[in-house]
Amino acid sequence: MSTPIIQVKGLSKQYHIGLREKVTRTFREAVTDAFMAPVRNLRNLRRLTRVEHDSPDIIWALHDISFDIQPGEVVGIIGKNGAGKSTLLKILSRITEPTSGEIRLHGRVASLLEVGTGFHPELTGRENIYLNGTILGMRKTEIDRKFDEIVAFSEIEKFLDTPVKRYSSGMYVRLAFAVAAHLEPEILLIDEVLAVGDAAFQKKCLGKMGDVAHQGRTVLFVSHNMPAVRELCPRAIYLTDGSIALDGVTDTIIEHYIKASLNKPPHEFIIKAAAGSGKVTPLSVVIRNGKGDKSNVVDMDEDFTIAVTYQIHEPINNYHTFINVYSTDSTLVFGAATWDTHGLNPDVVSQPGIYTCSFSLPGHLLNKGAYTININGQSPGKGFIYQEENAATFTVSEFGGTGGAKSRNRPGIIRPFITSDIVRSDRGDMDSQT
Amino acid sequence: MFQIQQGVFVEMSSQPFTHIKPKKGLQLIDFRELVHYRDLFAFLIIRDIKVKYKQTVLGGLWAIIQPFFLMVVFTLFFGKLAKIPSDGIPYPIFNYTAMIAWTYFAGAINTSSNSIVGSGSLISKVYFPRVIIPLTSVLAGLLDFSLAFIVLLGMMLYYQIYPTILILTLPALVVLMMLTAGGVGMLLAALNAKYRDIRYTVPFLVQFWMFVTPIVYPASMVPERYRMIYALNPMTGVIEGFRAVLLGRTEFPGEMVLLSAVISLGLFILGLTYFKQVERYFADVI
Repeated sequence: MSTPIIQVKGLSKQYHIGLREKVTRTFREAVTDAFMAPVRNLRNLRRLTRVEHDSPDIIWALHDISFDIQPGEVVGIIGKNGAGKSTLLKILSRITEPTSGEIRLHGRVASLLEVGTGFHPELTGRENIYLNGTILGMRKTEIDRKFDEIVAFSEIEKFLDTPVKRYSSGMYVRLAFAVAAHLEPEILLIDEVLAVGDAAFQKKCLGKMGDVAHQGRTVLFVSHNMPAVRELCPRAIYLTDGSIALDGVTDTIIEHYIKASLNKPPHEFIIKAAAGSGKVTPLSVVIRNGKGDKSNVVDMDEDFTIAVTYQIHEPINNYHTFINVYSTDSTLVFGAATWDTHGLNPDVVSQPGIYTCSFSLPGHLLNKGAYTININGQSPGKGFIYQEENAATFTVSEFGGTGGAKSRNRPGIIRPFITSDIVRSDRGDMDSQT
Repeated sequence: MFQIQQGVFVEMSSQPFTHIKPKKGLQLIDFRELVHYRDLFAFLIIRDIKVKYKQTVLGGLWAIIQPFFLMVVFTLFFGKLAKIPSDGIPYPIFNYTAMIAWTYFAGAINTSSNSIVGSGSLISKVYFPRVIIPLTSVLAGLLDFSLAFIVLLGMMLYYQIYPTILILTLPALVVLMMLTAGGVGMLLAALNAKYRDIRYTVPFLVQFWMFVTPIVYPASMVPERYRMIYALNPMTGVIEGFRAVLLGRTEFPGEMVLLSAVISLGLFILGLTYFKQVERYFADVI
């Protein structure tokens, strides 16, 4: 085992968030308050930079983080917003210092927290290459050496002596990324820089990142772009609330991350009071995935059920439950009614009691995304007994994709599994191609 | 690829080692690091110079217009109307000599005190020795100073006033001027990062400071017994020194310049030390 290139031990970072200001009620209070403001402001400003351990306005952006990274490792850092990812990179790149703990770095560090840092709009592309390069820690001779390569990568040869304020945003980003991509540190810290430019350029950037990784450099890559993390990083660290939740093989970590981020809402949607006559009241909606577990995340290719539980308070004729499923842009995707299966019969009377009706939905129906369900109870021809909008929500994920139609982003609301035949027709024979 | 990794590993022994931990106690300046970043320093100065007069009609002429027209106004009001003495030197050149030093000093303090806050986007995204930022303003201002100085040479020809051999000490006086501007600039820049009151204090401070500096009047107007107290203002020694070595009509104020040198060096060390102590939290408070 070689010595780790990055050793992080017990790292913590505390931030002060401003205390809520007191609201004054009377004029007298407001006047005294105005005169006392300097004293209060001074006290608040002084506290901004003091380390305190027990105060209502502090948050721990990072709390007791420890990990080692070996030379040549490419590690993804994932976690939701506010989990401490960017703070960690900021400490590693020495922009801000930790409150406690320590880091040992063996090698030159370059950080890419945002492309184009230090670009000056009035300066030309050429001048900005040098300015930005030196800001990122390169020496002038180093930039001289890589200048042509940088220009070629950015595809802005013609505009090299034009002030960058006249650049299109695409050109600007390309130039900025080109400079950053030619840094040659032993340790490279990257924060979400791939979220810029058009798809083609993003692909080029990812390719360049891959090259960097393959050159045996150590890379820490913060991103919300899971496919990119999966592609570039064999190892991932998953942060939640400033602590390391998991550290290990990327695929496993991403699996946990996606599950955790989707499973936040309750698995059972309890309905408190619905609009309607009160003869029937809905109680809850439960969604079960293909394994029969309560979950509001279902995989694209698995069957799942939506179950509505309701209470009938007095005998009612020809009672049916109806659900409407909407996509996030409020498009009605489909509706389903219990009469599809049980038929409409005005003579059937439902007695008081608690009932659950389950709608079975097939896999390969909905595309990935979030959906909301509206439910209502009705006696067809006599109007609604109750209506409940946004009774439940669920997400269709394509997690666990194993290739084929599954693991590709595909547009559209529905995503049926359509079989196809391929037949070669220019030879006259009917051999199907496999 | 394996070989490349091996290569990196072998190289590692010679790699710089960084130990990041909360800084405690007195922070000293890291000269080795500054040397590494000297190219950045140079490019920031070039940037400041190139950008300063972009999209202006008069461009570099602005460096001359400001001190020159102030001199004209001061000559009219203080020289002609108020008849303030000027140590036997024609008032315009007496005033302009001081004005070029003062314009540099005021400009350097103004830009450097706002420099840290103004570079917030840089400071919160990349690491580099922060002290480069305020010092850039102090150095970039020297170009304007040189332009204004050329006009002074023209005026000297016009008034037939020639410098003495003491002009050899001029670079030292310029260094004193820069040290003072740098010290005050770093101090204010560091304070401004946390206490934005500084932004409102600086214009006021500069005006006030101008009146306690011998610009519109000679230091000889200050009663003898207060003169050393008066010279605690390091710009007093610089400006009286300028007049003595450039215009040659007054005696070189040796004691004053010496006192100024001590004070400006002290200010520089104070500014730098304070800056180094608080730079660690710049990224958090900007």
